[in-house]
Amino acid sequence: MDLSKATFQGYRRENGRIGVRNHVVILPVDDLSNAAALAVENNIKGTMALPHPYGRLQFGADLDLHFRTLIGTGSNPNVAAVVVICIEEGWARKVADAIAATGKPVAWFGIEQHGDHDTIQRASKKAKEFVQWASELRREERPLADLWVSTKCGESDTTSGCGANPAVGNAFDKLYPHRTTLCFGETTELTGGEHLVAARCRTDEVRKKFQFMFDRYQAVIERHKTSDLSDSQPTKGNIEGGLTTIEEKALGNIQKIGRKCMVDGVIDKAETPTGPGLWFMDSSSAAAEMLTLLGAAGFAVHFFPTGQGNVIGNPILPVIKLSANPRTVRTMSEHIDVDVSALLRKEMNMDQAGDALLDCMFRTANGRLTAAEALGHREFVLTRLYESA
Amino acid sequence: MIHFVVHDENDSVGVVVVEGVKAGDTLTGWIMDQDREIRFKAANDIPIGHKLAIKALGKDATVIKYGTDIGRVVAPIGVGEHAHVHNIKTKRW
Repeated sequence: MDLSKATFQGYRRENGRIGVRNHVVILPVDDLSNAAALAVENNIKGTMALPHPYGRLQFGADLDLHFRTLIGTGSNPNVAAVVVICIEEGWARKVADAIAATGKPVAWFGIEQHGDHDTIQRASKKAKEFVQWASELRREERPLADLWVSTKCGESDTTSGCGANPAVGNAFDKLYPHRTTLCFGETTELTGGEHLVAARCRTDEVRKKFQFMFDRYQAVIERHKTSDLSDSQPTKGNIEGGLTTIEEKALGNIQKIGRKCMVDGVIDKAETPTGPGLWFMDSSSAAAEMLTLLGAAGFAVHFFPTGQGNVIGNPILPVIKLSANPRTVRTMSEHIDVDVSALLRKEMNMDQAGDALLDCMFRTANGRLTAAEALGHREFVLTRLYESA
Repeated sequence: MIHFVVHDENDSVGVVVVEGVKAGDTLTGWIMDQDREIRFKAANDIPIGHKLAIKALGKDATVIKYGTDIGRVVAPIGVGEHAHVHNIKTKRW
């Protein structure tokens, strides 16, 4: 596929970033605000609430990550406007002000001294204004370099490493020279292949930062493990699918970064890349957590290879699913956007599989709903680093 | 017809990519990196996605896949036998 003149139709946001969706998000800062956020979503059609269970009595790095994830989610270019609701006004304003730095319309509401009824009424009025304003925004033609693409696999099996993951790698190798912004992560899921990622880091500085993130996560495993993690990492589904050890899973996972891309930078959870290239994000390998972090980092489209059939989606990040497992594409066809099972019958080569995925990426970026979007998968899961105070 | 795939010719295992492999079946394998075919007889029933040994592996041997170490053998594995959690363990955790 010749991508030298490739373009897509996107929404140009006030800060210059390009989105492929046009969501008006109702964002609760804490668990207590979920009910009001969901009521606003129900009142105003075309809005989307992002309920979650956290935000109270967090502190330190864990609280920083909470704010970074919420602010990043609101700032994502797939989001046109945001209504922030929090039990306390101070933190509502803090999150709203940070999102407003992108230039997009943001309003905030605190529940204390008002109650749910008054908050819902005021927030609904603002949400209606935002959603009608957003409905008049139009897509414009943009160069491929404006597209930010992330990857993370899930419920992998051995077919992931043979087929679906290298198909992502082939697509990444084709996107990389066009100055797109790309990302992978899943820190523990590199265990056994970390030397291969380290060898792909562009500079010693990047390699050092990668190794620091990798070792930091290994220390978490060593501190808390009660076994070899079998049934957790690899998961029961991984093992059912034929994956035996974390090393085997990792080597399949790493196929997603292709054969030519270099790792240009390393970011912490939910941080935003500062330039084009391939970025490693330190992250959990749990699908909903990592996709939430990638949405918060600003990614606009996601490649999700699966073996046994993970059904995940994300509220703001369109998740394109591909599988090379012939049984999964037969029994779970409604979840699979790109069927690359012909790879393992030798009826499709890797170049064709990569092109099929890129074709689906352009259609998705231009507005076609993914299987996960059509099925209503909106898993929004915040990563916690430790207990609340 | 391809019944199993092998990443690299130095690997000790291949991955079954069709459903319904039974003990005694003669299987055709595709070594992807070198693009050549090999044949083995399955010694056990092997589910889709699971591995068969294409080299005999003694206890404590290192299992190679993708040309890289994926763990250690904890019970001997004969050629064509099902290779999985009952005879291979991680070296890492």
